[in-house]
Amino acid sequence: MAGRMLQPNVMAPYGEGTLLPSRFPGKAVRNVQSRRLMIAAKSQTRSVDDLRRSAQMAAAQGGDRAAYEALLRDCVPLIKAVAARQGVPADRNDDVVQDVLLTIHRARHTYDPTRSFTAWLCVIAERRAIDLLRQVRRHGAREFHLPLAFDTYPDEGVDPARGVDQAEASGRVTEALARLSPRQREAVEALVLKEQSLTEAAVTTGRTKGALKVNLHRALKVLRDKMERSE
Amino acid sequence: MTASPHDPLIGELAANLKPVRRLWRPALRALSWLGAVAAIAFVLAVFADVHALWERIIAAPDMWLAVFGSALTAVLAAIAAFELSLPDAPRAWAWLPLPGALLWVAASSLGCLRVWFLPDTHVAELGESRDCLIFIVSLSVPLSALLFLMLRRACPLRPGLTAAVGGLAVAAAAATLLNFFHPYDVAATDLAVHGIAVALVVGANRALASRILTASNFASFGVTTGPVRSN
Repeated sequence: MAGRMLQPNVMAPYGEGTLLPSRFPGKAVRNVQSRRLMIAAKSQTRSVDDLRRSAQMAAAQGGDRAAYEALLRDCVPLIKAVAARQGVPADRNDDVVQDVLLTIHRARHTYDPTRSFTAWLCVIAERRAIDLLRQVRRHGAREFHLPLAFDTYPDEGVDPARGVDQAEASGRVTEALARLSPRQREAVEALVLKEQSLTEAAVTTGRTKGALKVNLHRALKVLRDKMERSE
Repeated sequence: MTASPHDPLIGELAANLKPVRRLWRPALRALSWLGAVAAIAFVLAVFADVHALWERIIAAPDMWLAVFGSALTAVLAAIAAFELSLPDAPRAWAWLPLPGALLWVAASSLGCLRVWFLPDTHVAELGESRDCLIFIVSLSVPLSALLFLMLRRACPLRPGLTAAVGGLAVAAAAATLLNFFHPYDVAATDLAVHGIAVALVVGANRALASRILTASNFASFGVTTGPVRSN
């Protein structure tokens, strides 16, 4: 902090995460907010919160997972506040948070720790919120919510017997799986049903990769034989 | 501490965290792309009649003004494109190439007037104008590929605008390099062909590259994403 005096937080509403939702979401509010963001970005004085976040992001750029996790958790209320200011509906707020978290992850190498992290984050959150609002507006223009029409729409391609066939087939698979040896079933569950990689499956089951491969190969052979015989 | 619906995503992002190398400043990145353009110019100069080019430029002030204008547009548009590729860049960067572009268009238009006052000037015929178009478009392909490979490293949240400004940089650079093989004065038809070539390159870049840049935004997360479920 050498030579840098801390001033009252110019980003206080964001910094504290206590920004109240605007009663008048719109252009005027956005302009005020943008001006505030620009002032904060240009300001040489940064809040303690902002400096901490900058340091955490710098550590994350170096691969510090704990700092990164703490930073992302800290970002969530700020992103929600920005999304609310932009007029994002409450039920879509979490979508903006998810988008922004992913963007931070993708763009983390573009962040310059000498600049305000909070301003950087707020600009990204604003843009992602606007993207979502445009998407909602586009969907709203071409889609209608007609639950009754959906329920009564006749599906001409439907095959009433298909459900019964599927139930029978899944019953046969369950029965065939039950007849596998425990090790074979374990390999099928980990590698096929849970779609784990060999390394992950080896960690979760405690078997070697070779043993898992052999067990899976044998299990598939047994299953194939049983399914062919039942047909 | 209450569990947040974003905890799984945050956990996954933190688990996938790898150290990253901070991105160079946009001006430096633009300079390295312009260095590649300069290298191409050097290679072209070996095959071109540089002495004749120099005499042409000295004889007609509007010509060196047009060359200076196109080169300035290429430099400014490249800087603007690299600035816009940052997620928090203001949209105003897109105006940066405007002075260069105005000078380029004004000086080229002045050249057209000269054809009316000096009947001896060698005006490009339709076939020669077509060669200009082919040269600009062909040279734009490798220059665009290199530029978008570099822009992809950042995380542009306005991919369309970034791609269009990048396209202008590429078209202006190609038009500048065209002067090595352009032994005739600019006429209205020639200017129109140059304009079409530039518009083609900018349009193609905007259409193709914006998709590439958008796809790159979420290409390398290595995490599962989906709708967030609130508790």
